[in-house]
Amino acid sequence: MFIEQLVNGLTVGAVYALVALGYTMVYGVMRLINFAHGDLFMLGSYLGFTLLVSTFVGSALPLWAALIVTVVVSAMGIAVLGVLVERAAYRPLRRSNRLTAVVSAMGVSIFLQNAAMLIWGPRYRAYPPWAVPDLRWEIGAVHIGFMQVLILVVSILLMAGLYLFVQCTTVGAAIRATAIDHDTARLMGIDVDQIIRLIFIIGPGLGAVAGVLLGLYYRQIHFTVGWSYGLKAFTAAILGGIGNIPGAMVGGLLLGILEMLGAGYISAAWKDVFVFLILILLLIFRPTGLLGERVAEKV
Amino acid sequence: MALLRLGPGPAPGRRRSVSGVSGVSGVSGLVGRYSAWAVGAVAVAAMVFPMVVSDYWIDVAVFWGIYVLLGLSLNIIVGEVGLFDMGHMAFFAIGSYTTAILSGRFGISLWLLLPLSGIVAGLAGYVLARPIIHLRGDYLLIVTIGLNEMIRISLLNNPWGLTGGPNGIIMLDQFRIFGLVIQKPMHFYYLVWACVAASMFALVRLQRSRIGRAWNCIREDEVAAEAMGIDVRSAKLLAFTLGAGLAGATGTIFAAKLVVISPESFTFMESVILFCIVVLGGMGSIPGVVLGSAAMLVLPEILRNFAQYRMLFFGAAMALMMIFRPQGLWPSKRWTTKLQEGESE
Repeated sequence: MFIEQLVNGLTVGAVYALVALGYTMVYGVMRLINFAHGDLFMLGSYLGFTLLVSTFVGSALPLWAALIVTVVVSAMGIAVLGVLVERAAYRPLRRSNRLTAVVSAMGVSIFLQNAAMLIWGPRYRAYPPWAVPDLRWEIGAVHIGFMQVLILVVSILLMAGLYLFVQCTTVGAAIRATAIDHDTARLMGIDVDQIIRLIFIIGPGLGAVAGVLLGLYYRQIHFTVGWSYGLKAFTAAILGGIGNIPGAMVGGLLLGILEMLGAGYISAAWKDVFVFLILILLLIFRPTGLLGERVAEKV
Repeated sequence: MALLRLGPGPAPGRRRSVSGVSGVSGVSGLVGRYSAWAVGAVAVAAMVFPMVVSDYWIDVAVFWGIYVLLGLSLNIIVGEVGLFDMGHMAFFAIGSYTTAILSGRFGISLWLLLPLSGIVAGLAGYVLARPIIHLRGDYLLIVTIGLNEMIRISLLNNPWGLTGGPNGIIMLDQFRIFGLVIQKPMHFYYLVWACVAASMFALVRLQRSRIGRAWNCIREDEVAAEAMGIDVRSAKLLAFTLGAGLAGATGTIFAAKLVVISPESFTFMESVILFCIVVLGGMGSIPGVVLGSAAMLVLPEILRNFAQYRMLFFGAAMALMMIFRPQGLWPSKRWTTKLQEGESE
């Protein structure tokens, strides 16, 4: 059972990690908790659903092409939405008190959630069953489904790509510089607005991919998943050290594993209490998260 | 930053703010500026209000009052001291459940449970905050969110058969005064708003006391506060304990009003609404809390004609409000004076 729970945990954890990246990148660059990020993830899931059941993508294309088109188009659509949200609700507040930006983010979150409810209805929506090939593998005593492999492969590829992009390219260096200090970055010739826009393309894009993968995995989606998964993903970002990209990946996977082990060995009803307890203990003894660096106190 | 409320010429209270001890704020500021007549008029209007409107609107006003009490309790923590507490519903839940359990099992009078729930929730606040009070800003925020979720899920899981799980507990007892049972919306209206008036009076006094000034000093600059000899840790713990206690006492009224107490009243979403009440009203501003909770609770009721679109408008309005009036609906004068000085330097 241990290995099986580990695989389940890694699958859920990979979804958390993809969503957590959006939180951590926005926080790293803007020091803002983007409460609307979970709802962007949820909208990605709904957009994917609409594309899959539409006649154009769903029935005209072969399955593999339909899946790729769904993931790519949802990611692009949500990235556009992310940029719009930043422009409308966060940019005017960049210089003001941080709490006002938090409240603005909450407003956006309520807006997006209700927009989704009005467009797709208040009931659960189900991804079409034919979208996932019914493949299973047995390794020893462990069963692994097609979706678990797909989620792990896609998310690891995306995370590795993002890591290389941020660490090894000039644009990546500009992102890191902006995260350290906006004004100095601007003096170095970096267009900070452009970098922030880029962050709001990458984060929501990854979130939308996670949303489609989650929809395919659990089949059912609801307009409130943005809150529940958003909270978990945010916890994952804190667990790994917020503002730290590898931290979000490690935090997400770790959170997924802890949750599934907690569900398997303690009890399913108490697993979230277990997860938050570990988070609080970690923050008491290591307030910067697992991989976070200690930031000097400003006097 | 443009300040709408302070025109040209020396603003009231500015001379005092130079000496570091800022001007008066809150209700007393209102009294000073618009004379006691305005307060009297508001009080009379509040007394007459339930006699001229339907029970539905009295109920809306009752829940408004409950959220004003909760907002006041969170304002101590978020507004006065600047601690980010986004899990305040946890203490409200502890108060409500303490009331429902003790009243159901031991038949203790609700008048006794009102302070008792406050003490239990305050103790819980002290015990839970003690290990985490040193955390800063966003870290404290996520830990309080975690506490909120832990307590809600624990209530849901019905430990030792105490909380009744997802169905909750039914309250059988009610408040009684000289044989009058407080049951009708109108009775609750007077009970709740009397509590609001009493709390506001006490909190304004507290705000202007040595403790209140120490809290504001910590909010503005923690390091400077420590250098001035303020015991930052105890001051923060005191704020957390008091805020939790007031929320817990409010829980008794809430339990009596709702009759059925279940975990779904204490979700993270509700904590976020409370947080928004404090920031929307204006951090650290006591009249701001009243306006902020009106905006968060009464406005959606008025918008009910738009039925399903109301929350959509509401979300957009929250974002717009923060963009065009970031200092809140009724900013505390201490707060604006500080901003203005920063600008003139």
